[in-house]
Amino acid sequence: MNNMSEVRYVAATGALGVGVDQAALMSSLELKPHFIAADAGTTDAGPFSLGSGRAAFARESVKRDLTHVLVASREAGIPALIGSAGTAGADAHVDWVLDIAREIVDEVGLSVRTAVIRSQQNSAYLLQLYREGRIRPLDPAPPLDEKLFERSSRIVGMMGVEPLQAALEEGADFVLAGRCSDPALYAALPTMRGLPPGLAWHAGKVTECGTMACEGGRGGVITGTIREHEAIIRPVGDGLRCTPQSVAAHSLYENADPYLHKECSGTLDLSGSQYIAVDERTVRITGSAFHPAAEYTVKLEGAELIGHQSVMIGGIRDPYIVNRLDQWLGEVRAIIDRSVERLLGLSPSEWTLTVHVYGRDAIMGRMEPERSAVPHEVGIVVEATAGTQDTATKIAQLARQPFLHHGVPEWMGGITSFACLHNPAHIERGAVYRFNLNHIAIPHTQMEMFRTEIVQLGKARA
Amino acid sequence: MKLAELSSLIRSKNAGPFTLTFDIVLPNEADYWRVKRSGVLTVKRFAELFRCDMAAVKYFECDNARAFKFSMPRPIVQGDLGDGDLHGGQQFIPLMNIEIP
Repeated sequence: MNNMSEVRYVAATGALGVGVDQAALMSSLELKPHFIAADAGTTDAGPFSLGSGRAAFARESVKRDLTHVLVASREAGIPALIGSAGTAGADAHVDWVLDIAREIVDEVGLSVRTAVIRSQQNSAYLLQLYREGRIRPLDPAPPLDEKLFERSSRIVGMMGVEPLQAALEEGADFVLAGRCSDPALYAALPTMRGLPPGLAWHAGKVTECGTMACEGGRGGVITGTIREHEAIIRPVGDGLRCTPQSVAAHSLYENADPYLHKECSGTLDLSGSQYIAVDERTVRITGSAFHPAAEYTVKLEGAELIGHQSVMIGGIRDPYIVNRLDQWLGEVRAIIDRSVERLLGLSPSEWTLTVHVYGRDAIMGRMEPERSAVPHEVGIVVEATAGTQDTATKIAQLARQPFLHHGVPEWMGGITSFACLHNPAHIERGAVYRFNLNHIAIPHTQMEMFRTEIVQLGKARA
Repeated sequence: MKLAELSSLIRSKNAGPFTLTFDIVLPNEADYWRVKRSGVLTVKRFAELFRCDMAAVKYFECDNARAFKFSMPRPIVQGDLGDGDLHGGQQFIPLMNIEIP
């Protein structure tokens, strides 16, 4: 492993599929970067991607962005790293991106020695770790029992720098990683070249969302230069500026703690970080620390099927109903409960009816401070969830009549109380999933949870 | 003056599927220190506004970012049945009306 006095890199985008500014990416190659990277995943899209094995972005947008990254990396002769492939980074997602990469390489005529790193976890392996006391909750964590591993649709482990470094040591042109810590993509090469992990991880943290840590413009790419005593962050693109405040503020984004960030091999500590303007668009970071952990840990993410869902959307304008909405909804729900039990023979644990009242508290739920305000109309979304799509739809159909015609004392005679938006009134939503793990695993070795395969895409170079 | 009138940004967001995090960013040093010295932003005040346990709230004052941050467990896990805000982006509103002396 050769040490280097500095490592330079380009973060092509904060999310593969959102868009890569190709002109800025090509112009950033003047920096003579040692690698290009981009994150392609997040839990922020929700549990559906991990549960279903599908990506949150259109194939075309991922192909466009990956084309720019692969073309730039081959032109510069430097490795490209993509982490958290296909949104959730499970095997189905990695295969999906690998297929896109293969298509790009064929169309453009590239030769790309690819390291594919898989991070989906086997349920029997996780059960064994659990029984050995090697799976521990983070705070807050959902309940965990032995059956959870088998019940989950997919579970992934979030890799750190180690599998990426092994792939770079192998001489990969392209590292396609399953679920991966975002800053690890950027910390892998600098730390393997002997540069300080505090600065390398911190720069990765700043740049992993692309130019989000900048102000003054859109598009562009962001670059990092890691040296022994400083990290330099500089955007490339019209009007984009990094300022000490914009870089410092970015460490708040989507993090529960702005100073301490737990990674597999330790904790990034920004409490002593200093941000200094080098020029009007460049920031120097110093003082960031990385505390190595005594135990190597891998964060787990899991999703399990809740059931299938059908939804009905509508609204109520009648002030007599809106004024006593809780009571009216309670009566409607009781009618639905009885007919589901009587006609479908389902016990309460076999189905769920969720009612969201827009205009009142649909967005903030029990945290809504203005729940008692009476709106002039409310939007209502009724979600029926059950074991099969067919059952969920039947529940939605049974729910329609009481919603449509349940009365109020003020009106004599039959009324139609619910304004349906659609015909049919219900929409079949398919499978719905929940996140079921916020835990860490303590593997026996750093590499046992990750599997690397070298694949030659396109013709091998002589 | 209300916190929303002083701030350049007040936002909420998921910090992973199990946590909500709230950022309050001030546009300049004077306003940041005015809010900080007022002592109005506290764990207790936040826990009252968001009806959660004080022990579950984390609070940070970030001088170099001119920002304040609160984090709390999500009342419903992201995307689970009943969750009405998948990305957690529309939960900050009660912070807007905090009166800053």
